[in-house]
Amino acid sequence: MRTLAVVTELGRRSVRQTFRRPQLIAPLLIIPTLLLAVQSAGAGRAVDLPGFPPVESFFDFLLAGAMIQSALLAGNSGGIALAIDIEMGFTDRLLAAPIPRFAIVAGRLAGTAAMGAVTAVWFLAIGLAFGVRIEEGVLGALLMIVLVTLAALAFGTLGAALALRSGSASVVQGTFPLVFVILFLSTAFFPADLLLEPAQTIARINPLSFIAEAVRDPVISVFSGRELLEGFAGIVLVGAIGLTLCSMALRRRLRMG
Amino acid sequence: MPAIEVSNLQRAFSDEVLAVAGIDLYVDEGEIYAFLGPNGAGKTTTVRMLTTLLRPTGGSATVAGHDVVADPAAVRAEIGVALQEAALDPLMTGRELIRMQATLHGIGRDEGRRRADDLLRRVGLTEAGDRRVGTYSGGMKRRLDLASSLVHEPRVLFLDEPTTGLDPVSRKSIWEEVEALNREGTTVFLTTQYLEEADQLADRVGIIANGRIVAEGTPDELKNEVGKPRMELILAEGDQGACMEVLGRFGAPLPPKDGKLMIEVAEGVAAIAPVVRALDEAGILVESLDVVEPTLDDVFVDKTGQHLEGAETGEPGTGETEVVAG
Repeated sequence: MRTLAVVTELGRRSVRQTFRRPQLIAPLLIIPTLLLAVQSAGAGRAVDLPGFPPVESFFDFLLAGAMIQSALLAGNSGGIALAIDIEMGFTDRLLAAPIPRFAIVAGRLAGTAAMGAVTAVWFLAIGLAFGVRIEEGVLGALLMIVLVTLAALAFGTLGAALALRSGSASVVQGTFPLVFVILFLSTAFFPADLLLEPAQTIARINPLSFIAEAVRDPVISVFSGRELLEGFAGIVLVGAIGLTLCSMALRRRLRMG
Repeated sequence: MPAIEVSNLQRAFSDEVLAVAGIDLYVDEGEIYAFLGPNGAGKTTTVRMLTTLLRPTGGSATVAGHDVVADPAAVRAEIGVALQEAALDPLMTGRELIRMQATLHGIGRDEGRRRADDLLRRVGLTEAGDRRVGTYSGGMKRRLDLASSLVHEPRVLFLDEPTTGLDPVSRKSIWEEVEALNREGTTVFLTTQYLEEADQLADRVGIIANGRIVAEGTPDELKNEVGKPRMELILAEGDQGACMEVLGRFGAPLPPKDGKLMIEVAEGVAAIAPVVRALDEAGILVESLDVVEPTLDDVFVDKTGQHLEGAETGEPGTGETEVVAG
């Protein structure tokens, strides 16, 4: 109960910190929104290509990609914020308190997940404002929010692991371009069938593709249990890798002092 | 039960770097113990081990009766820590920080709110409590850091260089607060590079150099170890030999230094009047005469052969204290 209170408090601080530091909140909302606007306006006729799945518009297709991009950036921002805490000694304040060590990381991840939810709501609002019709209705929208929240949490474990290992905000920030590489090697912005090799093969095994498809599914088609399960599996896989790395990095940091 | 008990504590960062080379310490409940030494002496490494932030590579330590390695969670529950670079989030308000600290120590919301109000009042930050920490001055940050370390009423308070870089007024306000806390029964372990701080605040001082404690005792004990007060005199006119003959009646002569004639004077300033009378009767004119008490710097020189330069004055903004060959 007490650990839950600590995680909640640290999560609340993490969200406040994100909203109070423009360089943390801006990338989560502004970059994916701009990319969504530019891509949907500039490549709107992509939906006419043979092999493109049946959708109302390219905007409908891209909405899930923007959400996943935002969730990835939330994970990256969470890592940067944790690294800043380490750099300025704030983590020592937490380590000197009688709380479980994992609560420090869990608090940060709770904040990252909350930011994932915020971004999901933001893009749903944008989508609805621009005429996106969610095939699965309110339940589908809620499912999208849950998936994006969990995806941000999973991506957050990777950012946190890097922050704990390096202790440097600039190192975590340096991985920012990788977000785009990973995204463009998935089906977040384009169907796998229309990608060239080797991007197509990579996209077919990229966990991000499964997550993106699961988030997209309620928008463009009727409910598919398989895609949902694959999406959750992708999230669990990323989260498991991230948590393992986090645990190793935290143990190393505690040992080194 | 001792508040802190340390036996042969060591911390190596590699085969070649031994930051703390086996120290023994005993700090009683209710004591203010100052760890005095230059940068790199091992002060912060010791504090980090005692506050469970760093695992020792040798020896043992108990704080508030709990072993720092075997039972670190119990140690953390009993201690308050204000680290060297006030580790504060500039985006939080002072009140948010103290309330967060209360939650970390298992204090409920309402009680945490009440303690935040009390502590902000105590350190004179009530009005600034809802401002972001990034807008605070250095002194305000230190006071907030101190307040946040008190939220759970710790038995032992660790202050790592609590006044480094502060102006004299801010420094004095921290000293007053530390003294008040100690009067209320809190044991205080502080590290400092300022001689004056150790001299004024501490019941006992441990001088650390190169990872080892080279001297320990009350400030007076340490100063008495290196000698009695000395009278320093500069002649305006007259024969040095004749002057030393007069001075020799009042204390043992010391070798002259920088043109000053010197003798030991056990009675301190009380020796001034009779010496002046005797010199006057002998027709010796004096340009200046002073009685100098031994300082902790003299102790430091005696034990290490080096001065703690800049530490005597504790001037703010002088940056790092340097060790210079003595």
